[in-house]
Amino acid sequence: MVQVFIPSQLTSYTDGASRLAAEGRSIAQVLDDLDRRFPGLKFRVIDEQDRIRRHMRIFRNGDRAKGIDQAVSETDEVLIFGALSGG
Amino acid sequence: MSAAVQLLVGTRKGAWIYRSDAARQTWSVQGPIFLGHIVNHLVLDPRDGKTLLMAASTGHLGPTIFRSTDEGQTWTEAQRPPAFPKVEGEGPARSVDHAFWLEPGHADEPGVWWAGTSPPGLFRSTDGGATWDSVAGFNDHPKYWDWCPADGGTPDGALLNQIQIDPRDARHMYIATSTGGVFESLDQGASWKPLNQGVEANFFPDPYPEYGQDAHYIALAPTMPDRIWQQNHCGIYRLDRPAERWDRIGQAMPQEIGDIGFTIVPHPRDADSAWVFPMDGTEVWPRTSPGGRPAVYRTRDAGKSWRRHDAGFPAEQGWFTVKRQAFCADANDPVGLYLGATNGEVWMSDDEGGAWRPIARHLPEIYSVVAAPL
Repeated sequence: MVQVFIPSQLTSYTDGASRLAAEGRSIAQVLDDLDRRFPGLKFRVIDEQDRIRRHMRIFRNGDRAKGIDQAVSETDEVLIFGALSGG
Repeated sequence: MSAAVQLLVGTRKGAWIYRSDAARQTWSVQGPIFLGHIVNHLVLDPRDGKTLLMAASTGHLGPTIFRSTDEGQTWTEAQRPPAFPKVEGEGPARSVDHAFWLEPGHADEPGVWWAGTSPPGLFRSTDGGATWDSVAGFNDHPKYWDWCPADGGTPDGALLNQIQIDPRDARHMYIATSTGGVFESLDQGASWKPLNQGVEANFFPDPYPEYGQDAHYIALAPTMPDRIWQQNHCGIYRLDRPAERWDRIGQAMPQEIGDIGFTIVPHPRDADSAWVFPMDGTEVWPRTSPGGRPAVYRTRDAGKSWRRHDAGFPAEQGWFTVKRQAFCADANDPVGLYLGATNGEVWMSDDEGGAWRPIARHLPEIYSVVAAPL
């Protein structure tokens, strides 16, 4: 299972949990697994063209993901953050 | 005879609901609801009197629609919010930044809702707002990119900012956009044509193009749906169908005030009456109350003349703005008027605009105010 960090902006979907385990061989599959368990979560992070939203950031381990097709393995950590978005 | 009113207030940082007594003298407040969310529109379904729909996003998260059927105590999220079709391969790929306008469907179509978005998009729900579909007749129209060019943004993004449905015919619709002006459909959104004759767009070499206008707000006169009021980026207009050429009724406004503004409110029963809240559109476009002296102007003769009403508003140094969805009327007699300002104040008049008083202060920047029966 991939370990996932959930930012405060999304904990209303995860019953307050900020760390979860999810299944998937790519960031997209991890997000799909989360969305099955917490409906609506994915669309708040990823738009209808499968792009990471402008003020969200996703990292695989320490590296920023440019897209959700990036592969992940079971030992990886996926971190979702709300980036700076203005006042 | 007056009756209690609820005001649904959407702000840059959440929503609030104000409820009055029958005399509209005292108000209670519920909120904040979804503190920190950008709430562009909060609307009550007039067909059942209880369903609330909210267009929301946040600074980080993507847009969604929330629904409540218990006076805003609990909310459920749309299973499929408005979203453009996924583009496979080449081609411009649009994504909804935020839903801007929510419109309950025709009285004969319970459960139907329409949404306008930024970038400009038209969406329809047939299940009370749970799932939304892209309306291909507009969003995939061959002229879409001419009507809604990718570089045509207003400061908060280009908008399909309004949807109006003919109360006599669910198939007959109007929409307003910030990039193409007004469009009409006679087949419930399957096809559209521009409806902008006579409307100025002074930011183009041809100031009267077929489309390209910035239609800030349109409203059908409730008792005469063939009459359309428009507050445009370039002035105040009126169109009496079946005519297709708009009359610039704002030319009767005082020259020192001008006829620039964001919104126009029709009287619920008198089709010749409407109110506007002018803003400064001179030089660099401050978009504030002209001269720092807020006022509404009312016409009682379909725009031939306008009368200033500023009693209660600051006599000087009042620089607020009232945005597109933030000025409305109730259906009482006398009519109650309500406006939400960019400085977080809600003002009301219980005598059809004659005198104004604040009923809420210190809210975040107000984006929308909707009045509904309580």
